[in-house]
Amino acid sequence: MEKEFLENKLNVNRRHFLGKMAMGVGSAALGSLLLPNLLKGTGGAGDELPLGIKHFASKAKRVIMLFQNGAPSQLESFDYKPTLNKMYGQDLPASIRGDQRLTGMTADQDKFPLVGSKFGFNQYGKSGTWVSDLFPNIAKITDDICVVKTMHTEAINHDPALTFIQTGSQQGNRPSMGAWLSYGLGSENKNLPSFCVLLSRGRGNGQGVYSKLWTNGFLDSNHQGVQFSASEDPVLYLNNPDGIDMQSRKKMLDHLASLNEMGYQEFGDPEIHAKIQQYEMAYRMQTAVPEITDISKEPDRIIKMYGADSMQPGTYASNCLLARKLSEGGVRFVQLYHQGWDQHGNLVGEMPKQAEDVDRASAALITDLKQRGLLDETLVIWGGEFGRTNYCQGKLTDGNYGRDHHPRCYSIWMAGGGVKAGMSYGETDEFGYNIVKDPVHVHDLQATIMHLMGMDHEKLIYKYQGRRFRLTDVHGKVVKDIVA
Amino acid sequence: MKVLNYLFRIGVLFQVLLLISCNHNNTGDISSKQTIPDLVDYNFHIRPILSDKCFACHGPDVNQRKADLRLDTEEGAFSALKDYDEDRFAFVSGKPHESEAYIKMSSQDTSEMMPPPKFNVKVTEYEIKLVKKWIEQGAEYKPHWAFVPPVKAELPTVTDKEWATNEIDYFILNKVEGMGLTPNERADKARLLKRVAFDLIGLPPTLEMQEAFMNDNSEQAYEKVIDELMANVHYGEKMAVHWLDVARYADSHGYQDDGLRTMWPWRDWVIHAFNENYSYDKFLTWQLAGDLLPEKNIEALLATGFNRNHKITQEGGVIDEEYRIEYVTDRTNTFGKAFLGLTFECAKCHDHKYDPILQKDYYSTFAFFDKVPEKGLFGTIDANFADPPNMTIDDELISNLLTFINKKDTASVNVMVMQDSVGIRETHILDRGNYDAKGQIVSFNTPEAILKYDTINFEKNRLGLAKWLLSDEHPLTSRVFVNRIWQEFFGRGIVKSVGDFGMQGDLPTHPELLDWLAVDFRENDWDIKRLIKKIVMSSTYTQSSVIEKIKLEKDPENIYLSRMHRTRLNAEMVRDQVLANSGLLNREIGGPSVKPYQPDGLWAAATSGRGLLKAYIQDHGDDLYRRGIYTFIKRTVPPPVMLTFDASNRDQCEVRRLTTSTPLQALIMLNNPTVLEAARVLAERLDEEGLQNDGKISKAFNLIICREAKEKEKSLLLQYYNERLLEYEANPEEAKKFIDVGEYPPKENRNDVTVAALMQVIHTIYNMEEAITKS
Repeated sequence: MEKEFLENKLNVNRRHFLGKMAMGVGSAALGSLLLPNLLKGTGGAGDELPLGIKHFASKAKRVIMLFQNGAPSQLESFDYKPTLNKMYGQDLPASIRGDQRLTGMTADQDKFPLVGSKFGFNQYGKSGTWVSDLFPNIAKITDDICVVKTMHTEAINHDPALTFIQTGSQQGNRPSMGAWLSYGLGSENKNLPSFCVLLSRGRGNGQGVYSKLWTNGFLDSNHQGVQFSASEDPVLYLNNPDGIDMQSRKKMLDHLASLNEMGYQEFGDPEIHAKIQQYEMAYRMQTAVPEITDISKEPDRIIKMYGADSMQPGTYASNCLLARKLSEGGVRFVQLYHQGWDQHGNLVGEMPKQAEDVDRASAALITDLKQRGLLDETLVIWGGEFGRTNYCQGKLTDGNYGRDHHPRCYSIWMAGGGVKAGMSYGETDEFGYNIVKDPVHVHDLQATIMHLMGMDHEKLIYKYQGRRFRLTDVHGKVVKDIVA
Repeated sequence: MKVLNYLFRIGVLFQVLLLISCNHNNTGDISSKQTIPDLVDYNFHIRPILSDKCFACHGPDVNQRKADLRLDTEEGAFSALKDYDEDRFAFVSGKPHESEAYIKMSSQDTSEMMPPPKFNVKVTEYEIKLVKKWIEQGAEYKPHWAFVPPVKAELPTVTDKEWATNEIDYFILNKVEGMGLTPNERADKARLLKRVAFDLIGLPPTLEMQEAFMNDNSEQAYEKVIDELMANVHYGEKMAVHWLDVARYADSHGYQDDGLRTMWPWRDWVIHAFNENYSYDKFLTWQLAGDLLPEKNIEALLATGFNRNHKITQEGGVIDEEYRIEYVTDRTNTFGKAFLGLTFECAKCHDHKYDPILQKDYYSTFAFFDKVPEKGLFGTIDANFADPPNMTIDDELISNLLTFINKKDTASVNVMVMQDSVGIRETHILDRGNYDAKGQIVSFNTPEAILKYDTINFEKNRLGLAKWLLSDEHPLTSRVFVNRIWQEFFGRGIVKSVGDFGMQGDLPTHPELLDWLAVDFRENDWDIKRLIKKIVMSSTYTQSSVIEKIKLEKDPENIYLSRMHRTRLNAEMVRDQVLANSGLLNREIGGPSVKPYQPDGLWAAATSGRGLLKAYIQDHGDDLYRRGIYTFIKRTVPPPVMLTFDASNRDQCEVRRLTTSTPLQALIMLNNPTVLEAARVLAERLDEEGLQNDGKISKAFNLIICREAKEKEKSLLLQYYNERLLEYEANPEEAKKFIDVGEYPPKENRNDVTVAALMQVIHTIYNMEEAITKS
């Protein structure tokens, strides 16, 4: 029934649009920018949802993903394991390790010496959530967040693990989560892209990011993540060239529209009107984007909250502030990547710096959204692509250690957007190696995110080359216990 | 007998197609308002429903099969159902109400209905009606059209014989007439020249070409142009672009740190092969098995780089075998998509859910690509631009044999190629596709449902595999290639899902035409230029692209080709036309990829800090003006302008680019220094030529739009020019700023104000919809 209803709606829209254009009205909405398939019939046809239709009511309207690229250690952040300190230097029991495959970096180690956190832990808030001393500001907002300690994934290396959490598949060119949500829910602001990407780099050992992480895959390219940069052009080629101001640009576009309209008169091709509309939208973006990326008008109170770094474009703090502004402006999915979390060695030296760079701004974002009454409708996710081993990579020395990749368990946190606040979910064993209660697979996380956004992950389907694709492939269960 | 049978079926198919309403487009567009055809056909009506809604549980995948019922074969569909004591059948010929499948499909009872509600897949009322009528008419099964070898049908009859230039036109016109439509007029000469120039060499026609063609009133004028264009050295570049997408060619390794690789001599070979018009059988054989030819052939060895273009990891700590398997998987999937037009990759983890490709078939094909002495992780990022096996290309080799390689210095270059090491390893079925879950050992084979592998005549290696593809009885090879060539010229394939000829793929809009072309292509020695010439000579291709209202209503997607498609230029062409029209284009062919203007910091923002490609080091001078095909592709940060215009990121084999239209494209045309610099250089040039203002504008228009400007256009642009002139005369500083763009040296003694005004007019022309459209 639902599908028939949708198909019917699709046809009505198509007729409506074509009809409008046939009358020569130059106002075919946004043409193929927003409704490419209605106009051109390209893509997968059959199973497509008209944009902007939810499967069910939901609180969350937008997502901000604070991705900690490189995999921060759960053992120095949210998963407190005193046993590791007690058993310092002892070999990881084979019974605990089981058949876990190891990366090429530690597979040849003959010993796996356990090592506990060098940094203290305390419980915070009404919920008594454990947080390490490295994150004093996040510790203050524990009653607003839900820590999931039992994330687990399938890949053991950065590239496939990142690709997996972003696109639901380790290999291949599948659409990213942001692209899926842009496709499923459409745009809230026609002057801004619905999926924006912000990059920053910390002081720790880094791993690169790849544009396939924000690819539209087989979806239409207007669902591709648009990378915002800290340079003069926040969006590529946004600024007019020297010697051209907005007024002069407007004149050129008026002439251009007239010329294109002559083309339409000759060919009757609806695409020409779509093109006219896109130039108009580009022009509007030229005003809208600089307005939204301009943080100079933010009050001191806000700058203080996010930290002085937030004045420095391209920093994590600045990106958090920008994320709030974009989200507030209606951007469906804001994706941050912060590099530098790959502590194979010198964890003791690097992790405090990494934490320092993100702690204040991450917490500030939650507080800021809350103060604006936006936290309920904004889902924020903080975390990486996998966890880190409870044993030391390489030789364990007195003052320092490093940790290899660990896919079996790791911690993330979520806030707002209909997530239960002030709770920890799931338990790992005393070694912090295996999950003993309530595992959350990457596909479960994806299913839950979609659920919180009002989408059924089993129904948001795109048929491409004869096959139905979902973000969660054929897996994924909504983690109902963390949904408020 | 088989052939006759097939011909009969094709005849039926054809009638059936005529009966389907105009917007027939596989199952997707069929809505409840459609009328049920008089004759319901299995291939065109029923199988798409069964495949889409039933095969997942009642299809080829034995592990997923429910109730032991198989609906993808006639035998399965008419066997007694196992779940019943008395004899019940899924389908009973002539009796829908005794056919369990029909009863279940049409049931309203959620515990009964098929597919079960939890699958979120519903059979529509229209589809139920179709199934009912099909059963009433005898429930006849037919083999999947794409797995039956193509046969040349008689040319269909048409009323307007005068219109037809060649065979293609009979097939097209027959349906156009059946729709009650008439084809468009022939396109005007200027539009036609632009169209065919971009389609054949990817570049706009020069003013000289335009003039010569416009003034040539002989009957052969058009054919002469085609012959010239096909002999043009840029033909190979145009043709190569699509093949580079298929072959996922790139200049970096693609994973994580994403280091440099040097596969560009292979790319030079592809251009050479198209220019020399290598027959498709040679083109295919060399790329698949150039290392295994009976006589050693260095050029053919280079061609095997095709199978080494996949991504390669350099991430420390990966498990070697996991990635080695990944590479073999990529080759197998690419083989399936590029040559068979099938979603082969679906059978990696389980039997294919729709097509008759078993998991065992997948790994038997995988075996052909699994004998390479290679490693998953070979070396570090700074040292390895070409992991072994590879070949070294030095000056001597180039001067003797590989003369088409444009190597710029005396240093030799290594290119990854294929090599088999007999007995190196057994190939296993991998459970769920996992590299470490080894199952049964398999040997070289291919899916029998497509064509049996003749172990007597075909070697048990990739050379045999190539022969298998090229055998006369092969149902797919020729169809798949011809269909993609068609797509290059008409914007969509005869089978729209160019990468899926299987059960779930789109049905051909003109099955007999596809088959005719496929057979004709094979019978004429796989001659690519001949095929293309036939296409561009046809009346179908040379129609105008004006869209009459009635055609937009009756055939909005232009499936029946009663007009020519208007298509946007592809990413490479958008760049090339800007450079060519301004005179900036560097026409050099081949060589290492280049790094033109790109916004600062894109690579640096994403890098891990390792390798030669951690920061983008832009080229200068002539290298700034090379064609788009030579723009350096770093896979993790592909050239943003290209990507915005829908180019492939070369992550994996791609057979079709989407054509989207977004505001980001508008921003590129408006603000990208490449476009602005071209406008400036052209303005400087024209401003010096001593023409009147309207003459300068007309000439720019001619160059960019490739036709004479109409009076209205001319006067609008002239008025705009005068406006700008006044503005810049009042503010010469603004003019100076505007024309200060790009590294190309400014003309001496230029008049800043007139150049700026003209530049802005030219920039406006570059931004016209028609500038980047083939109309």
